Amino acid sequence: MSEKYIARSTGVAARMLDGEMIVMNVADSSLYTLNEQATAIWQAADGVTPLREIVGRVICREFEVDPETAYRDAERMVADLAAHGVLLVSEAPIG
Amino acid sequence: MNALIDKVMSRARLLGVPFSVHLDLTYRCNERCRHCYLEHGAGSEMPAAQIKNLLDELAEAGVFFLTLSGGEPFLRADLFEILEHARKLTFCVRLKTNASLIGAAEADRIASLGINEVHVSVYSGSPVVHDRLTLLPGSWQRTIDAVRLMRSRGQNVILVHIVTSLNAGDHHAVQALAGTLGTGFRIDATIIPKLDGDRSTAALNVPHAELVEIVGNPAYAGRVEEVCAPDSAALSEPLCAAAHNHCYIAPDGGVFPCVQLPLLCGRIGPERFLDIWRESAPMKEVRAMRLGDLPVCSLCSHAASCWRCPGLALLEGDLRGPSALDCERSYARTGVAPTGWLRTG
Repeated sequence: MSEKYIARSTGVAARMLDGEMIVMNVADSSLYTLNEQATAIWQAADGVTPLREIVGRVICREFEVDPETAYRDAERMVADLAAHGVLLVSEAPIG
Repeated sequence: MNALIDKVMSRARLLGVPFSVHLDLTYRCNERCRHCYLEHGAGSEMPAAQIKNLLDELAEAGVFFLTLSGGEPFLRADLFEILEHARKLTFCVRLKTNASLIGAAEADRIASLGINEVHVSVYSGSPVVHDRLTLLPGSWQRTIDAVRLMRSRGQNVILVHIVTSLNAGDHHAVQALAGTLGTGFRIDATIIPKLDGDRSTAALNVPHAELVEIVGNPAYAGRVEEVCAPDSAALSEPLCAAAHNHCYIAPDGGVFPCVQLPLLCGRIGPERFLDIWRESAPMKEVRAMRLGDLPVCSLCSHAASCWRCPGLALLEGDLRGPSALDCERSYARTGVAPTGWLRTG
């Protein structure tokens, strides 16, 4: 199974507000609010840590979710944010 | 999408987070616009290192929208150093400029930085009329050339059209120009007095007939049917974003509730931004004001929908009084005389 690496796009504005990350794609001004789990993944998206490791370290430990369910949810969230241009996804480390 | 921004801004207000800050980097300008509310003397300016420290503080305070303006910000040789730092801190940066100093190299750098919007002042579709307002020959052509350079690099640009008695009727041409250039378009029909109290610019406000056309047009002014729908709940609502989720910082570090509300709350350098935001007496005073506290406006049938600006009211003499300029705009929208006119005649 190939690894996935994620990094925050440089074309975004982002700020934490009351525990949730507010993210804007500055090119089209589309705005997103990330829930706590998505925010935790966003903050850990350093381009070099595999998504599976992020999910295990950040999501399963902090939110008490089983690893497979958490990874499937994270993959969906990551794909969604990548489709909106605010997150980069690659099978190799980024940057 | 506007609904989500409104929701986030409202949450920021309830949490006391300054989600939006307008920072003027300089009052110097290469144009001398006849309607401008600023004095363009040298004045002191925070150096880049101090501004970068301030930006660190603003990010920590939760600021998301950062509007950088002037004066003309491109007169600062360190502008890109400041912009780069702002983007590194992931602010949503909006830049206000006359664009006349933007060439190909500057357009390249702007586009590469991820600036959300560049707001460019354009006063007419006619170079002669525009230059007559800016008092800078050739300024219209330089501005439009720069807009083309930025658009060719995919940069979001908004043409901002200030309507005065000297360019009355030109908004149709500027809106058409915006369409041709592929930019957004915004219109503003209020000429405010100078911040030093000089009210001579008020003579440049547009004639009533054109004001009616502009503020009565839903495409420009929003939902006209909301006018004259008094809502008792509005009496306990904040007056505007100033001091709630927005504030203004001048080039010398002075902090104010809004660029149009000249109540000095503190100064960056001797004081930290968050201390000023949370603790300064004028900031708290503005934050505490509600529509129901205003002796004249709270009784007006326009109360719930009027665009009353506390800063304009203050510049006209009374923070809690009506603003004659806003009464005029509300009358132009509705045709119903506002209560404020009972006092102003």
